[in-house]
Amino acid sequence: MKTFKIPIVASLVIILIAGSVGMLANSYIQLILLFLFVNSIMGMSLNLINGYTGQFSLGHAGFIAIGAYFTSIISTSVPFPSGLGALPVAGFITIGSGLVAGLVGYFVGLPSLRLKGDYLAIVTLGFGEIIRVSLNNIPFFGGAIGISNIPSFPELNFGGFIIDRFLVALIFATFWAVTCFFFIWRLLNSSPGRGFLSVREDEIAAEAMGINTTKMKVQAFVISSFFAGVAGSLYAYFTNYVSPASFTFLMSIDAVIMVVLGGMGSMTGCLASAFFITLLPEILRSLKDYTYGIDLRMVIYSLALILIMILRPQGLFGEKEIFHHWRKNDKSTT
Amino acid sequence: MTSPLLDVQNITMQFGGLKAVDSFSMQISKGQLAGLIGPNGAGKTTVFNMLTGVYQPTSGQVVFNSKSLTGLKPYQISHHGLTRTFQNIRLFKNLTVLENVLIAGHQHIKYTWWDIMTLNKSFSLEEKALNEKGKQILNIFGLYEKWNEKASSLPYGEQRKLEIVRALMTSPEMILLDEPAAGMNHSETHNLMELIAKIRKEFNLTVLLIEHDMKLVMGICENIFVLDHGVKIEEGIPSKIQSSPKVIEAYLGVDSETH
Ligand SMILES: Nc1ncnc2c1ncn2[C@@H]1O[C@H](COP(=O)(O)OP(=O)(O)O)[C@@H](O)[C@H]1O
Ligand SMILES: [Mg+2]
Repeated sequence: MKTFKIPIVASLVIILIAGSVGMLANSYIQLILLFLFVNSIMGMSLNLINGYTGQFSLGHAGFIAIGAYFTSIISTSVPFPSGLGALPVAGFITIGSGLVAGLVGYFVGLPSLRLKGDYLAIVTLGFGEIIRVSLNNIPFFGGAIGISNIPSFPELNFGGFIIDRFLVALIFATFWAVTCFFFIWRLLNSSPGRGFLSVREDEIAAEAMGINTTKMKVQAFVISSFFAGVAGSLYAYFTNYVSPASFTFLMSIDAVIMVVLGGMGSMTGCLASAFFITLLPEILRSLKDYTYGIDLRMVIYSLALILIMILRPQGLFGEKEIFHHWRKNDKSTT
Repeated sequence: MTSPLLDVQNITMQFGGLKAVDSFSMQISKGQLAGLIGPNGAGKTTVFNMLTGVYQPTSGQVVFNSKSLTGLKPYQISHHGLTRTFQNIRLFKNLTVLENVLIAGHQHIKYTWWDIMTLNKSFSLEEKALNEKGKQILNIFGLYEKWNEKASSLPYGEQRKLEIVRALMTSPEMILLDEPAAGMNHSETHNLMELIAKIRKEFNLTVLLIEHDMKLVMGICENIFVLDHGVKIEEGIPSKIQSSPKVIEAYLGVDSETH
Protein backbone atom coordinates (compact mmCIF):
# COMPACT_ATOMS: atom_id res chain seq x y z
CA MET A 1 0.00 0.00 0.00
CA LYS A 2 1.78 3.07 -1.29
CA THR A 3 -1.06 5.32 -0.21
CA PHE A 4 -0.29 5.26 3.48
CA LYS A 5 3.42 4.62 3.36
CA ILE A 6 4.60 8.17 4.00
CA PRO A 7 2.03 8.92 6.73
CA ILE A 8 2.93 5.68 8.54
CA VAL A 9 6.66 6.28 8.28
CA ALA A 10 6.15 9.87 9.45
CA SER A 11 4.10 8.65 12.42
CA LEU A 12 6.76 6.14 13.43
CA VAL A 13 9.51 8.74 13.26
CA ILE A 14 7.49 11.22 15.31
CA ILE A 15 6.62 8.62 17.92
CA LEU A 16 10.22 7.51 18.12
CA ILE A 17 11.59 11.03 18.62
CA ALA A 18 8.87 12.47 20.85
CA GLY A 19 8.64 9.17 22.72
CA SER A 20 12.37 9.14 23.49
CA VAL A 21 12.31 12.74 24.66
CA GLY A 22 9.18 12.16 26.70
CA MET A 23 10.38 9.01 28.43
CA LEU A 24 13.44 10.86 29.70
CA ALA A 25 11.36 13.77 30.98
CA ASN A 26 8.92 14.42 33.80
CA SER A 27 5.15 14.44 33.39
CA TYR A 28 5.11 18.22 33.06
CA ILE A 29 7.32 18.14 30.00
CA GLN A 30 5.36 15.19 28.68
CA LEU A 31 2.23 17.32 28.78
CA ILE A 32 4.00 20.10 26.87
CA LEU A 33 5.03 17.54 24.27
CA LEU A 34 1.44 16.43 23.87
CA PHE A 35 0.37 20.04 23.53
CA LEU A 36 2.69 20.47 20.58
CA PHE A 37 0.31 18.12 18.79
CA VAL A 38 -2.87 19.82 19.98
CA ASN A 39 -1.56 23.23 18.92
CA SER A 40 -0.27 21.93 15.61
CA ILE A 41 -3.72 20.60 14.74
CA MET A 42 -5.21 23.89 15.90
CA GLY A 43 -2.85 25.88 13.65
CA MET A 44 -3.08 23.61 10.60
CA SER A 45 -6.87 23.61 10.70
CA LEU A 46 -7.11 27.39 11.00
CA ASN A 47 -4.55 27.74 8.22
CA LEU A 48 -6.98 26.02 5.87
CA ILE A 49 -9.54 28.78 6.30
CA ASN A 50 -7.35 31.83 7.09
CA GLY A 51 -4.26 30.97 5.09
CA TYR A 52 -5.46 28.97 2.09
CA THR A 53 -9.03 30.11 1.57
CA GLY A 54 -8.34 33.70 2.63
CA GLN A 55 -11.30 34.05 5.01
CA PHE A 56 -10.42 35.65 8.30
CA SER A 57 -11.88 33.61 11.16
CA LEU A 58 -11.30 34.66 14.75
CA GLY A 59 -13.53 32.06 16.38
CA HIS A 60 -11.39 28.95 16.36
CA ALA A 61 -11.51 28.60 20.15
CA GLY A 62 -15.28 28.16 19.92
CA PHE A 63 -14.92 25.02 17.79
CA ILE A 64 -12.11 23.71 19.97
CA ALA A 65 -14.36 24.20 23.00
CA ILE A 66 -17.17 22.28 21.31
CA GLY A 67 -14.85 19.34 20.64
CA ALA A 68 -13.37 19.45 24.13
CA TYR A 69 -16.77 19.54 25.83
CA PHE A 70 -18.22 16.80 23.63
CA THR A 71 -15.34 14.54 24.53
CA SER A 72 -15.55 15.45 28.21
CA ILE A 73 -19.27 14.80 28.48
CA ILE A 74 -19.24 11.50 26.58
CA SER A 75 -16.06 10.18 28.21
CA THR A 76 -17.33 10.88 31.72
CA SER A 77 -20.74 9.33 31.05
CA VAL A 78 -19.83 6.10 29.24
CA PRO A 79 -17.68 3.45 30.90
CA PHE A 80 -14.19 4.02 29.52
CA PRO A 81 -12.33 0.76 28.83
CA SER A 82 -9.11 0.30 30.77
CA GLY A 83 -7.13 -1.84 28.34
CA LEU A 84 -6.42 -1.68 24.63
CA GLY A 85 -10.13 -0.98 24.05
CA ALA A 86 -9.55 2.58 25.27
CA LEU A 87 -7.92 3.59 21.98
CA PRO A 88 -10.77 2.79 19.57
CA VAL A 89 -13.35 4.15 22.02
CA ALA A 90 -11.38 7.38 22.38
CA GLY A 91 -10.93 7.41 18.62
CA PHE A 92 -14.67 7.27 17.98
CA ILE A 93 -15.32 9.95 20.59
CA THR A 94 -12.71 12.18 18.93
CA ILE A 95 -14.33 11.62 15.54
CA GLY A 96 -17.67 12.49 17.14
CA SER A 97 -16.17 15.67 18.58
CA GLY A 98 -14.91 16.64 15.14
CA LEU A 99 -18.26 15.89 13.53
CA VAL A 100 -20.20 17.98 16.05
CA ALA A 101 -17.77 20.87 15.64
CA GLY A 102 -17.97 20.46 11.85
CA LEU A 103 -21.76 20.50 11.95
CA VAL A 104 -21.76 23.68 14.01
CA GLY A 105 -19.16 25.05 11.58
CA TYR A 106 -21.58 24.39 8.73
CA PHE A 107 -24.40 26.35 10.35
CA VAL A 108 -22.12 29.17 11.44
CA GLY A 109 -20.27 29.29 8.12
CA LEU A 110 -23.21 29.17 5.74
CA PRO A 111 -24.60 32.61 6.64
CA SER A 112 -21.43 34.31 7.87
CA LEU A 113 -19.10 33.41 5.00
CA ARG A 114 -21.09 35.84 2.86
CA LEU A 115 -19.36 38.55 4.86
CA LYS A 116 -16.00 39.86 3.82
CA GLY A 117 -12.79 40.47 5.71
CA ASP A 118 -13.26 42.37 8.94
CA TYR A 119 -16.96 41.58 9.17
CA LEU A 120 -16.36 37.84 9.09
CA ALA A 121 -13.68 38.27 11.75
CA ILE A 122 -16.15 40.08 14.00
CA VAL A 123 -18.92 37.52 13.49
CA THR A 124 -16.64 34.54 14.18
CA LEU A 125 -15.17 36.33 17.20
CA GLY A 126 -18.72 36.83 18.46
CA PHE A 127 -19.49 33.16 17.85
CA GLY A 128 -16.50 32.07 19.93
CA GLU A 129 -17.61 34.30 22.78
CA ILE A 130 -21.19 33.02 22.57
CA ILE A 131 -19.91 29.46 22.97
CA ARG A 132 -17.74 30.39 25.93
CA VAL A 133 -20.45 32.41 27.68
CA SER A 134 -22.99 29.65 27.09
CA LEU A 135 -20.68 27.03 28.59
CA ASN A 136 -20.10 29.36 31.51
CA ASN A 137 -23.80 29.72 32.26
CA ILE A 138 -25.39 26.37 31.49
CA PRO A 139 -25.26 24.03 34.51
CA PHE A 140 -25.28 20.92 32.29
CA PHE A 141 -21.80 21.94 31.07
CA GLY A 142 -20.53 22.46 34.59
CA GLY A 143 -20.77 26.25 34.50
CA ALA A 144 -17.60 28.16 35.31
CA ILE A 145 -16.18 25.13 37.16
CA GLY A 146 -16.22 23.02 34.03
CA ILE A 147 -15.87 19.25 33.84
CA SER A 148 -13.14 17.31 35.60
CA ASN A 149 -12.08 13.69 35.94
CA ILE A 150 -12.02 13.09 32.22
CA PRO A 151 -10.41 9.66 31.86
CA SER A 152 -6.89 9.63 30.47
CA PHE A 153 -5.31 6.87 28.44
CA PRO A 154 -4.49 3.70 30.39
CA GLU A 155 -1.13 2.03 30.26
CA LEU A 156 -1.12 -1.07 28.12
CA ASN A 157 0.19 -4.40 29.25
CA PHE A 158 1.05 -6.98 26.62
CA GLY A 159 1.95 -9.96 28.79
CA GLY A 160 4.49 -8.10 30.88
CA PHE A 161 5.57 -5.71 28.12
CA ILE A 162 4.23 -2.41 29.39
CA ILE A 163 3.52 0.64 27.26
CA ASP A 164 3.52 3.76 29.39
CA ARG A 165 0.34 5.87 29.43
CA PHE A 166 2.28 8.82 28.06
CA LEU A 167 3.27 6.72 25.05
CA VAL A 168 -0.32 5.66 24.49
CA ALA A 169 -1.39 9.31 24.55
CA LEU A 170 1.49 10.16 22.22
CA ILE A 171 0.45 7.50 19.72
CA PHE A 172 -3.08 8.85 19.77
CA ALA A 173 -1.87 12.44 19.33
CA THR A 174 0.48 11.46 16.51
CA PHE A 175 -2.28 9.60 14.69
CA TRP A 176 -4.49 12.68 14.66
CA ALA A 177 -1.78 15.22 13.86
CA VAL A 178 -0.54 13.09 10.95
CA THR A 179 -4.10 12.51 9.75
CA CYS A 180 -4.78 16.25 9.87
CA PHE A 181 -1.54 17.08 8.08
CA PHE A 182 -2.00 14.61 5.24
CA PHE A 183 -5.70 15.31 4.87
CA ILE A 184 -5.04 19.00 4.29
CA TRP A 185 -1.86 18.35 2.30
CA ARG A 186 -3.54 16.01 -0.17
CA LEU A 187 -6.54 18.25 -0.39
CA LEU A 188 -4.33 21.20 -1.34
CA ASN A 189 -2.74 19.14 -4.09
CA SER A 190 -6.09 18.35 -5.66
CA SER A 191 -8.70 20.25 -7.60
CA PRO A 192 -10.92 21.24 -4.63
CA GLY A 193 -7.81 22.47 -2.79
CA ARG A 194 -6.83 24.63 -5.75
CA GLY A 195 -10.40 25.88 -5.65
CA PHE A 196 -9.82 27.08 -2.07
CA LEU A 197 -6.73 28.96 -3.22
CA SER A 198 -8.62 30.58 -6.08
CA VAL A 199 -11.15 31.95 -3.59
CA ARG A 200 -8.34 33.59 -1.66
CA GLU A 201 -6.76 34.99 -4.81
CA ASP A 202 -9.78 36.46 -6.60
CA GLU A 203 -13.39 35.50 -6.00
CA ILE A 204 -14.79 37.15 -9.12
CA ALA A 205 -12.28 35.43 -11.38
CA ALA A 206 -12.82 32.12 -9.58
CA GLU A 207 -16.57 32.29 -10.19
CA ALA A 208 -16.05 33.16 -13.85
CA MET A 209 -13.90 30.02 -14.13
CA GLY A 210 -16.73 27.91 -12.74
CA ILE A 211 -15.72 27.73 -9.08
CA ASN A 212 -18.67 27.81 -6.68
CA THR A 213 -16.95 30.10 -4.21
CA THR A 214 -19.64 29.84 -1.52
CA LYS A 215 -19.40 26.05 -1.55
CA MET A 216 -15.60 26.23 -1.37
CA LYS A 217 -15.66 28.56 1.63
CA VAL A 218 -18.21 26.46 3.49
CA GLN A 219 -16.27 23.26 2.77
CA ALA A 220 -13.03 24.79 4.01
CA PHE A 221 -14.79 26.11 7.10
CA VAL A 222 -16.40 22.75 7.92
CA ILE A 223 -13.11 20.84 7.54
CA SER A 224 -11.35 23.47 9.60
CA SER A 225 -14.02 23.18 12.31
CA PHE A 226 -13.82 19.38 12.24
CA PHE A 227 -10.11 19.39 13.04
CA ALA A 228 -10.60 22.16 15.61
CA GLY A 229 -13.03 19.77 17.30
CA VAL A 230 -10.41 17.03 17.12
CA ALA A 231 -7.86 19.37 18.73
CA GLY A 232 -10.39 20.11 21.47
CA SER A 233 -10.96 16.41 22.04
CA LEU A 234 -7.22 15.79 22.47
CA TYR A 235 -7.07 18.80 24.80
CA ALA A 236 -9.70 17.20 27.04
CA TYR A 237 -7.95 13.83 27.09
CA PHE A 238 -4.54 15.29 27.86
CA THR A 239 -5.53 17.79 30.58
CA ASN A 240 -8.40 15.67 32.00
CA TYR A 241 -10.18 18.91 32.79
CA VAL A 242 -12.03 21.51 30.75
CA SER A 243 -13.52 24.84 31.76
CA PRO A 244 -14.78 27.85 29.78
CA ALA A 245 -11.74 29.82 30.94
CA SER A 246 -9.52 27.62 28.74
CA PHE A 247 -11.27 28.60 25.55
CA THR A 248 -11.13 32.36 25.58
CA PHE A 249 -10.57 34.52 22.60
CA LEU A 250 -6.86 34.49 23.45
CA MET A 251 -6.80 30.90 22.23
CA SER A 252 -8.22 32.03 18.87
CA ILE A 253 -5.55 34.73 18.78
CA ASP A 254 -2.88 32.10 19.43
CA ALA A 255 -4.17 30.14 16.46
CA VAL A 256 -4.19 33.22 14.25
CA ILE A 257 -0.64 34.07 15.31
CA MET A 258 0.46 30.56 14.32
CA VAL A 259 -0.97 31.04 10.85
CA VAL A 260 0.38 34.56 10.39
CA LEU A 261 3.83 33.86 11.83
CA GLY A 262 4.32 30.71 9.77
CA GLY A 263 3.13 32.35 6.59
CA MET A 264 -0.48 32.33 5.43
CA GLY A 265 -0.65 29.12 3.47
CA SER A 266 2.40 27.11 4.49
CA MET A 267 1.80 23.86 6.36
CA THR A 268 5.35 23.45 7.58
CA GLY A 269 5.57 27.13 8.49
CA CYS A 270 2.44 26.68 10.53
CA LEU A 271 3.94 23.68 12.33
CA ALA A 272 7.09 25.64 13.11
CA SER A 273 5.11 28.47 14.64
CA ALA A 274 2.94 25.98 16.55
CA PHE A 275 6.15 24.84 18.22
CA PHE A 276 7.12 28.42 18.91
CA ILE A 277 3.73 29.30 20.41
CA THR A 278 3.71 26.17 22.58
CA LEU A 279 7.23 26.46 23.88
CA LEU A 280 7.45 30.22 24.33
CA PRO A 281 5.28 30.48 27.47
CA GLU A 282 7.22 27.61 29.01
CA ILE A 283 10.56 29.27 28.35
CA LEU A 284 9.23 32.56 29.69
CA ARG A 285 7.84 30.86 32.76
CA SER A 286 11.31 29.79 33.74
CA LEU A 287 12.53 33.35 33.19
CA LYS A 288 9.87 34.78 35.48
CA ASP A 289 12.28 35.00 38.40
CA TYR A 290 14.40 37.42 36.42
CA THR A 291 11.50 39.50 35.14
CA TYR A 292 10.00 40.20 38.59
CA GLY A 293 7.12 37.85 37.91
CA ILE A 294 5.84 39.74 34.87
CA ASP A 295 4.51 37.56 32.05
CA LEU A 296 6.37 38.69 28.97
CA ARG A 297 4.43 36.44 26.62
CA MET A 298 2.18 39.11 25.13
CA VAL A 299 5.09 41.52 24.81
CA ILE A 300 7.13 38.96 22.92
CA TYR A 301 4.20 37.97 20.71
CA SER A 302 3.67 41.57 19.75
CA LEU A 303 7.34 42.22 19.13
CA ALA A 304 7.73 39.02 17.12
CA LEU A 305 4.68 39.85 15.02
CA ILE A 306 5.77 43.43 14.41
CA LEU A 307 9.28 42.35 13.48
CA ILE A 308 8.05 39.66 11.14
CA MET A 309 5.54 41.96 9.49
CA ILE A 310 8.35 44.45 8.87
CA LEU A 311 11.08 42.03 7.84
CA ARG A 312 9.05 39.27 6.22
CA PRO A 313 5.52 40.43 5.50
CA GLN A 314 4.71 37.09 3.88
CA GLY A 315 5.38 35.24 7.18
CA LEU A 316 8.37 33.13 8.13
CA PHE A 317 7.79 30.61 5.35
CA GLY A 318 5.62 32.72 3.08
CA GLU A 319 3.76 30.46 0.72
CA LYS A 320 6.58 27.95 0.63
CA GLU A 321 6.99 24.63 2.32
CA ILE A 322 10.24 23.65 3.94
CA PHE A 323 10.69 20.87 1.33
CA HIS A 324 10.91 23.47 -1.42
CA HIS A 325 14.30 24.49 -0.14
CA TRP A 326 15.57 20.95 -0.43
CA ARG A 327 14.68 20.58 -4.07
CA LYS A 328 17.52 21.54 -6.33
CA ASN A 329 15.76 22.62 -9.48
CA ASP A 330 13.03 24.71 -7.97
CA LYS A 331 13.07 27.79 -10.13
CA SER A 332 10.23 29.43 -8.25
CA THR A 333 12.27 30.00 -5.12
CA THR A 334 13.13 33.63 -5.05
CA MET B 1 -33.29 29.83 -39.40
CA THR B 2 -31.60 28.34 -36.37
CA SER B 3 -31.74 30.26 -33.11
CA PRO B 4 -28.61 32.22 -32.18
CA LEU B 5 -26.17 30.83 -29.59
CA LEU B 6 -26.33 34.05 -27.61
CA ASP B 7 -29.56 36.01 -27.59
CA VAL B 8 -29.48 39.20 -25.55
CA GLN B 9 -32.91 40.75 -25.17
CA ASN B 10 -33.25 44.38 -24.10
CA ILE B 11 -30.93 44.30 -21.12
CA THR B 12 -30.70 47.45 -19.01
CA MET B 13 -28.31 48.20 -16.18
CA GLN B 14 -29.14 51.05 -13.87
CA PHE B 15 -26.54 52.23 -11.33
CA GLY B 16 -28.49 54.66 -9.17
CA GLY B 17 -29.27 57.55 -11.48
CA LEU B 18 -26.98 56.30 -14.26
CA LYS B 19 -28.26 54.03 -17.02
CA ALA B 20 -24.94 52.40 -17.94
CA VAL B 21 -26.64 50.14 -20.50
CA ASP B 22 -30.02 50.98 -21.95
CA SER B 23 -32.20 48.26 -23.47
CA PHE B 24 -29.36 46.59 -25.33
CA SER B 25 -30.01 43.64 -27.65
CA MET B 26 -27.76 41.45 -29.75
CA GLN B 27 -27.74 38.06 -31.41
CA ILE B 28 -24.62 36.06 -32.05
CA SER B 29 -24.79 32.78 -33.92
CA LYS B 30 -22.60 29.81 -33.28
CA GLY B 31 -19.04 30.04 -34.55
CA GLN B 32 -19.12 33.78 -35.14
CA LEU B 33 -16.37 36.20 -34.21
CA ALA B 34 -18.16 39.35 -33.17
CA GLY B 35 -16.97 42.67 -31.83
CA LEU B 36 -18.44 45.07 -29.31
CA ILE B 37 -17.02 48.56 -29.69
CA GLY B 38 -17.67 52.02 -28.42
CA PRO B 39 -15.92 54.92 -26.71
CA ASN B 40 -14.66 54.74 -23.14
CA GLY B 41 -17.48 54.45 -20.61
CA ALA B 42 -20.00 53.38 -23.25
CA GLY B 43 -21.07 50.38 -21.16
CA LYS B 44 -19.21 47.54 -22.90
CA THR B 45 -17.73 45.97 -19.76
CA THR B 46 -21.09 46.37 -18.05
CA VAL B 47 -22.65 44.27 -20.84
CA PHE B 48 -20.04 41.55 -20.19
CA ASN B 49 -20.76 41.71 -16.47
CA MET B 50 -24.44 41.18 -17.12
CA LEU B 51 -23.80 38.29 -19.52
CA THR B 52 -21.61 36.50 -16.98
CA GLY B 53 -23.76 37.06 -13.90
CA VAL B 54 -21.48 39.53 -12.13
CA TYR B 55 -24.43 41.95 -12.35
CA GLN B 56 -28.08 41.00 -12.66
CA PRO B 57 -29.67 43.17 -15.37
CA THR B 58 -32.21 45.67 -14.04
CA SER B 59 -34.48 44.42 -16.83
CA GLY B 60 -34.29 42.25 -19.93
CA GLN B 61 -32.87 38.79 -20.26
CA VAL B 62 -30.00 36.79 -21.69
CA VAL B 63 -30.57 33.48 -23.44
CA PHE B 64 -27.61 31.21 -24.12
CA ASN B 65 -27.97 27.93 -25.99
CA SER B 66 -31.76 28.33 -25.70
CA LYS B 67 -31.53 28.54 -21.90
CA SER B 68 -32.24 31.67 -19.91
CA LEU B 69 -29.32 32.82 -17.78
CA THR B 70 -31.50 35.03 -15.61
CA GLY B 71 -30.76 34.62 -11.90
CA LEU B 72 -27.84 32.25 -12.42
CA LYS B 73 -24.63 32.72 -10.45
CA PRO B 74 -21.43 33.44 -12.39
CA TYR B 75 -20.07 29.93 -11.78
CA GLN B 76 -23.27 28.38 -13.14
CA ILE B 77 -23.01 30.48 -16.29
CA SER B 78 -19.45 29.22 -16.67
CA HIS B 79 -20.78 25.66 -16.39
CA HIS B 80 -23.18 26.46 -19.24
CA GLY B 81 -20.15 27.10 -21.45
CA LEU B 82 -19.93 30.89 -21.38
CA THR B 83 -16.73 32.34 -19.98
CA ARG B 84 -14.67 35.50 -20.13
CA THR B 85 -11.49 37.44 -19.52
CA PHE B 86 -11.23 40.71 -17.61
CA GLN B 87 -10.23 44.18 -18.77
CA ASN B 88 -8.41 44.82 -15.48
CA ILE B 89 -6.51 41.52 -15.39
CA ARG B 90 -7.78 39.21 -12.67
CA LEU B 91 -5.30 36.36 -12.48
CA PHE B 92 -4.68 34.30 -9.36
CA LYS B 93 -1.55 36.36 -8.79
CA ASN B 94 0.26 34.37 -6.14
CA LEU B 95 -0.24 31.02 -7.87
CA THR B 96 1.81 29.57 -10.67
CA VAL B 97 0.88 29.86 -14.32
CA LEU B 98 -0.12 26.18 -14.39
CA GLU B 99 -2.17 26.41 -11.20
CA ASN B 100 -4.09 29.32 -12.71
CA VAL B 101 -4.97 27.12 -15.64
CA LEU B 102 -5.76 23.96 -13.65
CA ILE B 103 -8.27 25.80 -11.46
CA ALA B 104 -10.37 26.53 -14.53
CA GLY B 105 -10.59 22.78 -15.17
CA HIS B 106 -12.21 22.13 -11.80
CA GLN B 107 -15.75 21.96 -13.12
CA HIS B 108 -14.93 18.91 -15.23
CA ILE B 109 -13.19 16.96 -12.46
CA LYS B 110 -14.86 13.64 -11.69
CA TYR B 111 -12.69 12.17 -8.95
CA THR B 112 -14.07 12.06 -5.43
CA TRP B 113 -12.66 13.06 -2.04
CA TRP B 114 -12.00 9.41 -1.39
CA ASP B 115 -9.85 9.26 -4.55
CA ILE B 116 -7.92 12.35 -3.36
CA MET B 117 -7.23 10.97 0.10
CA THR B 118 -6.15 7.54 -1.11
CA LEU B 119 -4.21 8.94 -4.09
CA ASN B 120 -5.67 6.15 -6.21
CA LYS B 121 -5.61 5.58 -9.95
CA SER B 122 -8.63 7.64 -10.90
CA PHE B 123 -7.10 10.58 -9.04
CA SER B 124 -3.67 10.38 -10.61
CA LEU B 125 -4.93 9.64 -14.12
CA GLU B 126 -7.34 12.57 -14.11
CA GLU B 127 -4.79 14.95 -12.63
CA LYS B 128 -2.31 13.88 -15.28
CA ALA B 129 -4.81 14.41 -18.08
CA LEU B 130 -5.72 17.83 -16.67
CA ASN B 131 -2.05 18.83 -16.46
CA GLU B 132 -1.43 17.72 -20.01
CA LYS B 133 -4.42 19.60 -21.34
CA GLY B 134 -3.31 22.72 -19.46
CA LYS B 135 0.22 22.53 -20.76
CA GLN B 136 -1.00 21.94 -24.27
CA ILE B 137 -3.08 25.12 -24.29
CA LEU B 138 -0.26 27.04 -22.62
CA ASN B 139 1.94 25.86 -25.46
CA ILE B 140 -0.38 27.33 -28.10
CA PHE B 141 0.05 30.71 -26.43
CA GLY B 142 3.79 30.33 -26.02
CA LEU B 143 3.53 30.14 -22.24
CA TYR B 144 4.51 26.50 -21.73
CA GLU B 145 8.05 27.33 -20.66
CA LYS B 146 6.72 29.52 -17.86
CA TRP B 147 4.28 27.04 -16.34
CA ASN B 148 6.03 27.04 -12.96
CA GLU B 149 6.38 30.81 -12.64
CA LYS B 150 4.22 32.99 -10.48
CA ALA B 151 1.43 34.55 -12.54
CA SER B 152 2.23 38.03 -11.26
CA SER B 153 5.82 37.73 -12.49
CA LEU B 154 4.74 37.53 -16.15
CA PRO B 155 4.99 40.60 -18.36
CA TYR B 156 1.71 42.39 -18.95
CA GLY B 157 1.05 40.99 -22.40
CA GLU B 158 1.58 37.43 -21.24
CA GLN B 159 -0.76 37.96 -18.31
CA ARG B 160 -3.46 38.86 -20.83
CA LYS B 161 -2.69 35.71 -22.77
CA LEU B 162 -2.77 33.62 -19.61
CA GLU B 163 -6.26 34.93 -18.92
CA ILE B 164 -7.35 33.57 -22.29
CA VAL B 165 -5.66 30.21 -21.64
CA ARG B 166 -7.38 29.99 -18.29
CA ALA B 167 -10.75 30.75 -19.85
CA LEU B 168 -10.19 28.11 -22.54
CA MET B 169 -9.52 25.54 -19.85
CA THR B 170 -13.20 25.68 -18.83
CA SER B 171 -13.93 24.13 -22.26
CA PRO B 172 -16.30 26.94 -23.23
CA GLU B 173 -18.62 27.19 -26.20
CA MET B 174 -18.33 30.92 -26.19
CA ILE B 175 -15.67 33.24 -24.84
CA LEU B 176 -15.97 36.94 -24.07
CA LEU B 177 -12.70 38.88 -24.34
CA ASP B 178 -12.61 42.28 -22.67
CA GLU B 179 -9.97 44.40 -24.42
CA PRO B 180 -7.56 41.47 -24.84
CA ALA B 181 -4.97 43.63 -26.61
CA ALA B 182 -5.02 46.56 -24.20
CA GLY B 183 -1.50 47.72 -23.42
CA MET B 184 0.10 45.61 -26.16
CA ASN B 185 2.26 47.07 -28.91
CA HIS B 186 1.47 46.70 -32.60
CA SER B 187 3.18 43.39 -33.28
CA GLU B 188 1.97 41.83 -30.04
CA THR B 189 -1.57 42.84 -30.93
CA HIS B 190 -1.22 41.40 -34.41
CA ASN B 191 0.11 38.13 -32.97
CA LEU B 192 -2.75 37.97 -30.47
CA MET B 193 -5.39 38.46 -33.15
CA GLU B 194 -3.92 35.59 -35.13
CA LEU B 195 -4.01 33.44 -32.02
CA ILE B 196 -7.64 34.31 -31.42
CA ALA B 197 -8.51 33.32 -34.97
CA LYS B 198 -6.57 30.10 -34.51
CA ILE B 199 -8.13 28.99 -31.23
CA ARG B 200 -11.54 29.83 -32.56
CA LYS B 201 -11.07 27.23 -35.28
CA GLU B 202 -9.25 24.71 -33.11
CA PHE B 203 -11.70 24.82 -30.20
CA ASN B 204 -14.82 25.43 -32.25
CA LEU B 205 -15.45 28.66 -30.38
CA THR B 206 -17.80 31.56 -30.64
CA VAL B 207 -16.00 34.78 -29.73
CA LEU B 208 -17.20 38.20 -28.70
CA LEU B 209 -14.49 40.72 -28.11
CA ILE B 210 -14.47 44.25 -26.81
CA GLU B 211 -11.87 46.41 -28.43
CA HIS B 212 -11.03 50.03 -28.27
CA ASP B 213 -9.09 50.13 -31.51
CA MET B 214 -11.58 50.32 -34.38
CA LYS B 215 -9.14 49.29 -37.10
CA LEU B 216 -8.27 46.11 -35.31
CA VAL B 217 -11.88 45.06 -34.88
CA MET B 218 -12.63 45.86 -38.51
CA GLY B 219 -9.83 43.53 -39.50
CA ILE B 220 -11.05 40.35 -37.86
CA CYS B 221 -14.67 40.63 -36.76
CA GLU B 222 -17.52 39.39 -38.91
CA ASN B 223 -20.20 41.27 -37.08
CA ILE B 224 -19.90 44.40 -34.99
CA PHE B 225 -22.09 46.08 -32.36
CA VAL B 226 -21.47 49.70 -31.47
CA LEU B 227 -22.39 51.11 -28.09
CA ASP B 228 -22.46 54.76 -27.14
CA HIS B 229 -23.68 56.03 -23.79
CA GLY B 230 -25.24 52.67 -23.07
CA VAL B 231 -27.27 52.65 -26.28
CA LYS B 232 -26.64 50.50 -29.33
CA ILE B 233 -26.19 52.94 -32.19
CA GLU B 234 -25.24 50.54 -34.95
CA GLU B 235 -24.67 46.90 -35.83
CA GLY B 236 -23.56 45.01 -38.90
CA ILE B 237 -20.59 43.99 -41.01
CA PRO B 238 -17.36 46.03 -40.80
CA SER B 239 -17.88 47.93 -44.04
CA LYS B 240 -21.29 49.08 -42.85
CA ILE B 241 -19.90 50.20 -39.48
CA GLN B 242 -17.05 52.06 -41.14
CA SER B 243 -19.35 54.17 -43.23
CA SER B 244 -22.02 54.77 -40.60
CA PRO B 245 -22.35 58.49 -39.82
CA LYS B 246 -23.57 57.71 -36.28
CA VAL B 247 -20.47 55.68 -35.49
CA ILE B 248 -18.14 58.24 -36.98
CA GLU B 249 -19.81 60.94 -34.94
CA ALA B 250 -19.60 58.93 -31.69
CA TYR B 251 -15.93 58.23 -32.27
CA LEU B 252 -15.02 61.68 -33.52
CA GLY B 253 -16.59 63.18 -30.43
CA VAL B 254 -14.08 61.36 -28.26
CA ASP B 255 -11.24 61.06 -30.73
CA SER B 256 -8.82 62.84 -28.45
CA GLU B 257 -9.43 60.11 -25.85
CA THR B 258 -8.51 57.14 -28.03
CA HIS B 259 -4.87 56.42 -28.31
N1 LIG C 1 -20.49 49.01 -10.39
C1 LIG C 1 -20.76 50.23 -10.93
N2 LIG C 1 -21.38 51.18 -10.20
C2 LIG C 1 -21.64 52.40 -10.73
N3 LIG C 1 -21.35 52.75 -11.98
C3 LIG C 1 -20.71 51.86 -12.76
C4 LIG C 1 -20.38 50.55 -12.29
N4 LIG C 1 -19.77 49.87 -13.29
C5 LIG C 1 -19.72 50.72 -14.33
N5 LIG C 1 -20.27 51.91 -14.03
C6 LIG C 1 -20.43 53.04 -14.93
O1 LIG C 1 -21.08 52.58 -16.09
C7 LIG C 1 -20.55 53.25 -17.24
C8 LIG C 1 -20.07 52.22 -18.24
O2 LIG C 1 -18.88 51.61 -17.74
P1 LIG C 1 -18.15 50.42 -18.48
O3 LIG C 1 -19.16 49.36 -18.79
O4 LIG C 1 -17.00 50.02 -17.67
O5 LIG C 1 -17.67 51.12 -19.81
P2 LIG C 1 -16.70 50.58 -20.95
O6 LIG C 1 -16.29 49.21 -20.62
O7 LIG C 1 -17.49 50.69 -22.20
O8 LIG C 1 -15.54 51.53 -20.98
C9 LIG C 1 -19.44 54.17 -16.74
O9 LIG C 1 -19.98 55.48 -16.63
C10 LIG C 1 -19.11 53.62 -15.41
O10 LIG C 1 -18.65 54.63 -14.55
MG1 LIG D 1 -14.44 48.41 -20.23
